[in-house]
Amino acid sequence: MSVLLNKNTKVLVQGITGRIGNFHAEEMIAYGTNVVAGVTPGKGGLTHLGKPVFNTVKEAVEETGAEATIVFVPAAAAADGIMEAADAGIKYAVSITDGIPAHDMIRVKRYMLRYKKDERMILTGPNCAGTITPGEAMIGIMPGHIYMPGEVGVIGRSGTLGYEAASQMKAEGIGISTSVGIGGDPINGSSHKDILELFNEDDKTKAVMIIGEIGGPQEAEAAEYIQRNMKKPVAAYIAGLTAPKGRRMGHAGAIVSGKGESAAEKVELLKEAGIHIIPNPSEMGSTMKEVMDKHL
Amino acid sequence: MDIHEYQAKKILSSYGVQILDGELALNASEAVAAFNKLDSDICVVKAQVHSGARGKAGGIVLCKTEEEVKIASNKLFGTHLKTIQTGDEGKIIERLYIESGCDIDREIYLAFVMDRASQRIVIVASAEGGMSIEELAIEKPDSIKKIEIDPVVGLTGFQARELSFALNLPKEALGKAVKLFMGCYKAMTNLDMNMLEINPLVLTKDNDLIALDAKISFDDNAMFKHPDIDALNDNAQKDPREVAAKEHDLSYVGLDGDIGCIINGAGLAMASMDMIKYCGGEPANFLDIGGGASPERVGKAFELVLADKKVKAMLVNVYAGINRCDWIAEGLVQVIPKVNLQIPLIVRLSGTNVEEGIKIVKDSGLPIILADTLKDAAQKAVDAAKQ
Repeated sequence: MSVLLNKNTKVLVQGITGRIGNFHAEEMIAYGTNVVAGVTPGKGGLTHLGKPVFNTVKEAVEETGAEATIVFVPAAAAADGIMEAADAGIKYAVSITDGIPAHDMIRVKRYMLRYKKDERMILTGPNCAGTITPGEAMIGIMPGHIYMPGEVGVIGRSGTLGYEAASQMKAEGIGISTSVGIGGDPINGSSHKDILELFNEDDKTKAVMIIGEIGGPQEAEAAEYIQRNMKKPVAAYIAGLTAPKGRRMGHAGAIVSGKGESAAEKVELLKEAGIHIIPNPSEMGSTMKEVMDKHL
Repeated sequence: MDIHEYQAKKILSSYGVQILDGELALNASEAVAAFNKLDSDICVVKAQVHSGARGKAGGIVLCKTEEEVKIASNKLFGTHLKTIQTGDEGKIIERLYIESGCDIDREIYLAFVMDRASQRIVIVASAEGGMSIEELAIEKPDSIKKIEIDPVVGLTGFQARELSFALNLPKEALGKAVKLFMGCYKAMTNLDMNMLEINPLVLTKDNDLIALDAKISFDDNAMFKHPDIDALNDNAQKDPREVAAKEHDLSYVGLDGDIGCIINGAGLAMASMDMIKYCGGEPANFLDIGGGASPERVGKAFELVLADKKVKAMLVNVYAGINRCDWIAEGLVQVIPKVNLQIPLIVRLSGTNVEEGIKIVKDSGLPIILADTLKDAAQKAVDAAKQ
């Protein structure tokens, strides 16, 4: 098994006929992802990239049994697109869009709570590269070829830094079970902890790497969870040791605004929780190798 | 996006928050005219800069006469106010707000923040006003009251009353307090604020509640909904390098080191800066060039980084995902001869089509130092900057 996504997962592409949606849908299909349909309001009935296009997510789910979706919708309408997926009974949604207003995301998260926990959609992102189960399927915009199938679960806020981690691991001969981008926004669908819970129960995942960054409480929350519940070894890197306080470093959520939000403080918390700290970003692969050799 | 105090007060006033009479002045004679118009025995001349702690830095002056207003204004206009939040450069004073005074009975701290733990809007308040929230958290942590707001229901009446009682406000002020909290919440959600802080909120002897200061920060990502708010942007309060970057849709933060950085992706950019530090150097900037690194964007990024005269070496680190290294290399090779590069340039390419990209760089004959790994790139940049 893997988490969130495998080769059988029926995937929908919201915004498949748009320039960006079209490009990445093609890449996803080429990688082997089981894309079953697209949704573009007003273009229902068309066939695009050989897949049926529907006007609404609800119709697409009814006709194709789609379970997962990737939302390529511009920032102004993206929150609505995510809620539409939740309402249609989609189990897993990835939001790629950068620049969704934070108040919109607060409403999305509250909206999702209207469903019982076991029926509630899982959302990752926004502002992320997506999720990939190497060798099986990807819902995202990442270059699939740099990921090697294997046993390490990866959770990261950043896209390109996740690519860096994947290629360093590949160079060490370490593969990935699933790599999940949780995105760089302050209000996001899933936290590090939410995904850790999934990896903790996943048979295929033997160890986990967390790639965090400055800003927000989610790495601290992850440290607490790992200390109490994690059955598998975890290595972590926190980006932004040189980032000054109060300055936004690209990602909307990458800003140190209070206590415990700097990289140094997060590293300290993770270290106290017994997590293997990756000392610098060129040692993501080698640290993971040490962890695997020591524990597995 | 931050705005000035007088702008924040005007917005809050339209949501029913009580403020004092005040006038904006762009020069000393306007300041004097404003004082006379206020017709008050006392006034406060307040420097409008995007920073807190202005009082301690000398940016807020109490005046009783026309002459005092004139002296204070002349002293403040055109200077840079240096507070604990602005850094050494300070921020230029181009606007003054002339406000009448009031009888203060008590000062209260009130803020509405976007809380990342609960992923909701939370009110943070304390009966002990006048201090910053950081000071309060250290000195009087028990005085801090927090109320989490359900985004569907909004702030409820009972929550607003609970807060009023928790702040020990007299029952005569209860109705006004509820109206104030409700107005602030409505302003925050209607206008996509990230943060709204009234510190101090004062209780007067007549049981009025008045916003004596106001600080608002808006969500940049939501400004497309609010062009009228976006128009309040004041570039004079920002680092000019960051203003130039924003014009080209590049994400840039100026720092104090000497190694210029051009990187794709915010996380990789932070990691590259960390790596520079780890190798014994200091980054001059954060710059995320984004996904589509076209020659035009690469060119703009170079101009921007090179405008900082402290920069002694340049590091370009690109991980091509959806991009391709050969496209990026072609962009670099086109741009570099045009930017009159006088300092060493270290380039690290990885990801899609890396061999083709490296070949293009090598064949160009340009004096580019290639690096294989993140560490190799950072080390070469640090060494080059030291020479």
